[in-house]
Amino acid sequence: MADAAVAMGDVPRTKTRYGSMSRDRKWALRWSYFFLVVFAIFFLTPPVYMLITSLKTSAEISAATNPWWVYHPTLANYIELLTSSQYLTFFRNSALVSIIVVTITMLISVPAAFALSRMRFWGSATLATGVFLTYLVPETLLFLPLFKMFAVFRDWTDIELINRWWVLLLLYPTLTVPFCTWIMIGYFASIPKELDEAALMDGANYRQILTRVFIPVALPGLIAATIFAFTVSWAQFLYPLAFTTSASQLVLPVGIVTSLIKGDVFNWGQIMTGALLGAAPPLIIYAFLMDYYIAGLTAGATKG
Amino acid sequence: MAQVSLRKVVKRFDDTEAVRGIDLDIADKEFVVLVGPSGCGKSTTLRMIAGLEDISAGEIAVDGEVVNDVPPKDRDMAMVFQNYALYPHMTVYENMSFGLRLKRYPKAEIARRVQEAARILDITELLDRKPRQLSGGQRQRVAMGRAIVRNPKVFLFDEPLSNLDAKLRVQMRTEIKRVHQKVRTTTVYVTHDQVEAMTLADRVVVMNRGKIEQIGAPNDLYHAPRTRFVAGFIGSPAMNFIPCRLEEADGGLRVRLTDDIVLPVPQGSVARYKPHVGREGITFGLRPEHLTEAKPNGDKHLGYIDAVLEVTEPLGMETLVFFRIKGIDVCARVSPNAGAREGVRMRLAASLDNMHLIDDATGAVL
Repeated sequence: MADAAVAMGDVPRTKTRYGSMSRDRKWALRWSYFFLVVFAIFFLTPPVYMLITSLKTSAEISAATNPWWVYHPTLANYIELLTSSQYLTFFRNSALVSIIVVTITMLISVPAAFALSRMRFWGSATLATGVFLTYLVPETLLFLPLFKMFAVFRDWTDIELINRWWVLLLLYPTLTVPFCTWIMIGYFASIPKELDEAALMDGANYRQILTRVFIPVALPGLIAATIFAFTVSWAQFLYPLAFTTSASQLVLPVGIVTSLIKGDVFNWGQIMTGALLGAAPPLIIYAFLMDYYIAGLTAGATKG
Repeated sequence: MAQVSLRKVVKRFDDTEAVRGIDLDIADKEFVVLVGPSGCGKSTTLRMIAGLEDISAGEIAVDGEVVNDVPPKDRDMAMVFQNYALYPHMTVYENMSFGLRLKRYPKAEIARRVQEAARILDITELLDRKPRQLSGGQRQRVAMGRAIVRNPKVFLFDEPLSNLDAKLRVQMRTEIKRVHQKVRTTTVYVTHDQVEAMTLADRVVVMNRGKIEQIGAPNDLYHAPRTRFVAGFIGSPAMNFIPCRLEEADGGLRVRLTDDIVLPVPQGSVARYKPHVGREGITFGLRPEHLTEAKPNGDKHLGYIDAVLEVTEPLGMETLVFFRIKGIDVCARVSPNAGAREGVRMRLAASLDNMHLIDDATGAVL
């Protein structure tokens, strides 16, 4: 390029503008950085503040010092929580509920999605829409009727559902199954029809098509759905607040609030520590499966 | 090894009939090609044989046994799809062995069969790869390998070469023929490409609008089409069709295309065409290869047409020339040395032994 310009040196030159594309790109990048930084600050400030607070003593928290700095860092909050049997019970309940709910969700929504997306049957399209519509009903609208239903159920059968941690295993899937089924329907729909026909010709039955072709091919979608189900179960607050009361039956989000706020005394250090520790499992799972999660959510955008 | 027969097979989708009652007998080890324009029902027919579509009416039998209600997995047929349909998460080896593994064949037997098929198809070194690491032609081979290893009763091919580029298509066509000669399995092959149909088939089934127009060996279809559709569909460039009148003259017959163009009917065909003298609604059909530049020492069996060329398409070994008769484009194939140029007046000789007359009302070749 330069040589050519030199060779044409005696020709009267007009200043050519190169790289308008890259100039455009430069500005786009600047704006991107600006908004991303604003976004990051906005969303990372609370967890950072939680971390700072969790390292303080109650005295320092209530003292009129700079709230963004720890003058006497201590792990006392962590030690206290991790050695308190109550907090560990909450943690165990949460883990148990989430893992079982994820399992139940996958066992229901994957076959459901397969049936709805592949086994054309009368009403399958309507059913698929119906499944999604149930997801749109908020739990704030449902917990009162559910409470009433459980009371009636107890009157009929003498089986108590209220204040039992395992009742959450019935409740959470109502939130996770519709959405996960919907994600999986979309994912399965992106698998070409010929693939199941090829498997049919190869002698597979529907169960084998699901387990040996669809699940492996749709693995990113499956992982996305799993993460979603786990996050919902782990963070669910309203249902456990409404349906469980005894300390031994509580899950983490409700447990922290009910056991660490005593009347009008807020044990901020431990609340922050508890919340921070509680946020760890989903964070770890995200960190490991993030790539799959993104691949799952953008499935079908391009042909693989 | 199997015979397949279709009896009055019908397929209805809601209120449209895709396949309208077809009868077809496919012999053991035969290579049958279903060919026709898109929407003619050829793929649907194949899918009904495979069991991937229900049959609305009629009967499909394999070796004399009706399989209407037999699910695809129990029909013992293998299918090669247009988009290959390889399992993306499996290696080539796993793809090819999938069917055998489902049937719980012994490992050693599976390995032996896969190796054998891979050797036939020349893909031995690809066995550890995933489909996404393969080119189109290689994927096509794997898809065929997956069919071969199962040693099924019937091979079904659904437009297997449509996704390949022109050069590879010709190559794979030869490959398929070679494989069939080695494996000798009854094969049903669907394509819209008449060249593929002609080159591969023992017998070609030409379909149109859900019906079979004609069944025959490739050469029979070419030389003795029974309908105008077959006459026009088989052969490239397509046969020329010109409305005409049949006249009697000097004890023989003549075909009058225009006031000026009159062609003598060869003596051998006079008896066949005699009943149609003077009738309305007859079309004259002649393939471009039977219309070529007139030689100086003309043959009296030939009819002559003086044409002003409008378009010429040199192809190297020959030149296609186009001119008009009564506003209809007519194509002829002349030697590249015949001096064909746009606007030039040229005398063309029609080889009338190869002419066809078609009844416009029924579309039947007379």
